[in-house]
Amino acid sequence: MSEKKTEQAPLTREQFVIIGKNLEKMESISRPSLTFWQEAWRRICGNRAAFFSLILLIVYGLLAIFAPMLSQYGFDQQDAYAMSKGFSADHWLGTDSLGRDLWVRVWMGARVSLTIGLLAAGLNTVIGTVLGGFCGYYGGKFDMIVMRIIDVIYGIPSLIVCILVMVVLGSGVQSLIIAMVIVGWTGTCRFTRGEVYRLKEQEFVLAARVMGEPVFTIIMREIIPNIMGLLITNLAMAIPNAIFQEAFLSYIGLGISPPEASWGVLAKEGTRMLRVAPHMLYVPAFFICTTVLALNQLGNGLRDAFDPRLRGTE
Amino acid sequence: MTKYILKRIGISLVTVFVLVSVVFFLARLMPGGPFNDPKMSEAARENLSAYYGFDKPLWEQYLTYLGNLLHGNFGFSTKYPSRTVNDLLAGAFPYSADLGIRALCFAISFGLVFGIISALNRGNKIDLIFVIVAVFGTSVPDFIMGALLQYFFSVKWGLLPIAEYKGFAYTILPSVGLGFYTMASVSRIMRASMLEVVQQDYIKTARSKGISRFRVTWKHQIRNAIMPVITILGPTVAAVLTGTFVIESLFAIPGMGKYYVESVQNSDYSLILGMTVFYGTFLVFCNMIVDILYGIVDPRVRIAGK
Repeated sequence: MSEKKTEQAPLTREQFVIIGKNLEKMESISRPSLTFWQEAWRRICGNRAAFFSLILLIVYGLLAIFAPMLSQYGFDQQDAYAMSKGFSADHWLGTDSLGRDLWVRVWMGARVSLTIGLLAAGLNTVIGTVLGGFCGYYGGKFDMIVMRIIDVIYGIPSLIVCILVMVVLGSGVQSLIIAMVIVGWTGTCRFTRGEVYRLKEQEFVLAARVMGEPVFTIIMREIIPNIMGLLITNLAMAIPNAIFQEAFLSYIGLGISPPEASWGVLAKEGTRMLRVAPHMLYVPAFFICTTVLALNQLGNGLRDAFDPRLRGTE
Repeated sequence: MTKYILKRIGISLVTVFVLVSVVFFLARLMPGGPFNDPKMSEAARENLSAYYGFDKPLWEQYLTYLGNLLHGNFGFSTKYPSRTVNDLLAGAFPYSADLGIRALCFAISFGLVFGIISALNRGNKIDLIFVIVAVFGTSVPDFIMGALLQYFFSVKWGLLPIAEYKGFAYTILPSVGLGFYTMASVSRIMRASMLEVVQQDYIKTARSKGISRFRVTWKHQIRNAIMPVITILGPTVAAVLTGTFVIESLFAIPGMGKYYVESVQNSDYSLILGMTVFYGTFLVFCNMIVDILYGIVDPRVRIAGK
C-alpha cells in the first residue's frame, strides 16, 4: 500500500487556492424548488401516453364545444337525399338513417356524454370526499351509520339502482346524473374515510387542533390536500365508468332519447343499422373507445405522477 | 370463521330487505299507474285495482308483498295478465344463467392465460399484443363489442350464426361479447400481479433451492398471483349479469335481460320490480359467496372482518 502512494502524482500546496467562504451561496438551493403540483405536472409531461391522452381529451372537449356551432347542419336536421351515406366532403362522418349529419351529432353527443361523465364523477368525488372526511375524522355513530348505508348500496348492483331511479325520474341528463351520484359516491367515501383515519393521528393535524382550527377547516385545509392526488386519480378513473353507464342506459332506452344525441344513443342507432351502414356504429364506437382509453391512460399517468412509488402497478 | 360467515349473511339479508323496500316504495312514486289506458272505463280500472290489491292501504300492500316474497312469489305482470313474474323468470333464467356461466368461464380462463403469457414474456412483442388487447377490451362497452362481433363473424364472414340460442355454435359470439371486458380486466390484473410476485423473496428462495423454472412459475408465482383476481370476481359476476341485458337483446336470446329491457321499454312496472328484486337478490348472494370464499382462501380477511 505504501508503495502505491508514492507512485501518485505529488500534490503540492501551490496547486490549491483559498477562495474563501460564500455563506450565501452555500445556503442557497441551486435549482428552483418545485411544488407538489409542479412536480406532478412535470411527470405527466414526461409520460408520453398520459400527455397525448390529455391533449386528445382537450381536443375532444374543444370540438364538442365548437364543432356543432361551426357546422352548417343542425344536430336534428334531416336530409332525405342523403340517408345512411358514408364519409364524404359534405358530411365528414357520413349521415345516419334519417340523413342527419354524424359529425355534428357526434359532437352534440360528446357534449352530453362528457358533461355527464364529468359532472357525475365530479359530484361523486365531492360528496364522497366530504362525507368520507367527516366519517374518518369523527368515527363513532355517524361513521357507523354511513358505513352501513354504504354496505347496502354497495351490495345492490349499481346498474339496477340506476335503472330504478331512471324509471322513476324519467329520462334526461339530470336524472342520469342523479342516478349515477346516488350509487357512485360510496367508493370515494370509503376510500377517503380510510385515508383520513390514517392521517388524523399525524402531527400536523394535532398542530392544527392545538391552534384551534375548527374541524371543517382541519378536514378541508389540512387533510384533504394530502390525498388530493389520489382523489384526482380516482376522478379520472370514474369518468369512463360514467360514460359507459350513460351508453348502457341509453342503449336500453332509459338514458337520453333521440333526437337528442349522446354517444350511447348514437351507438344504439348504429347497432340497429349495422348491416346497412356500419359506419353509424364505427363512428360513435371510435369516440367512446378513444375517450375511455385516453381517460384510463391519463388516470394511470396521474397516479404515477402523484405517487411515483405506485409506478407500474395496476 | 363461523362468526365471519354469519356476519356476511346478516349484511346480505339486510341488503336484500332494503332493496325490496326501496323497490316497493319507488314503484309507488313512478309516474302513471299500471292501468293508464285512456280507453279503459273508470269502473274497469277500479275493478282491476281491486283485483291486484292496489286499493288497499300502502303498508298493507307492503306487508302482503313481503309475505309473498317470503313464499317466493314475485306477483303478477300487469302487461301479460295471464302470466306471473315467476313464470317469466322460470322460462328465462336458465338462458341467462347458461350465457352468464359460459361468459365467465371464457373470461376467467382466457384472462388468466393471457395475463400469465403476457407476464412471462414481459417487454417483448407477445406481451405488447396481449397488453393492447387488454387495453382495447377495457375501453369498449359490451354492446358495441357484441354488435361488432355480430357484424364481422356472421354478416361479413358468415362463420357463426348471428342470433338465437340453439346449440354450441350459437353460444360463442354472445359469450365472447359478454365476457370480453371481464377477460381484458382479468388479464390486466393477472399480468400486474404476476410481475409483482416475481420480485418477491420467496421466488428467489425457490429458484436458489434449485427448483426448476417451470415449477416455480406454476407452484409459487401463479398461485400467489391469482389472489387479486379472486377479489374482483364478485363485482365481475354482477357486471357479467347486467351485461346480459344488452347482449341478450342484441342476440335475440330469450333470457331475463331481454325481458328486462322490454319491460323497461313497455313500462311494465310490476315486471320490472319483480325482476329487479330477483336480480338484486341473486347478485347480493353471489357477492356474499365470493366474500366468504375469499375469507376461506385468505385468512387475513377473516381477521380483518372480525
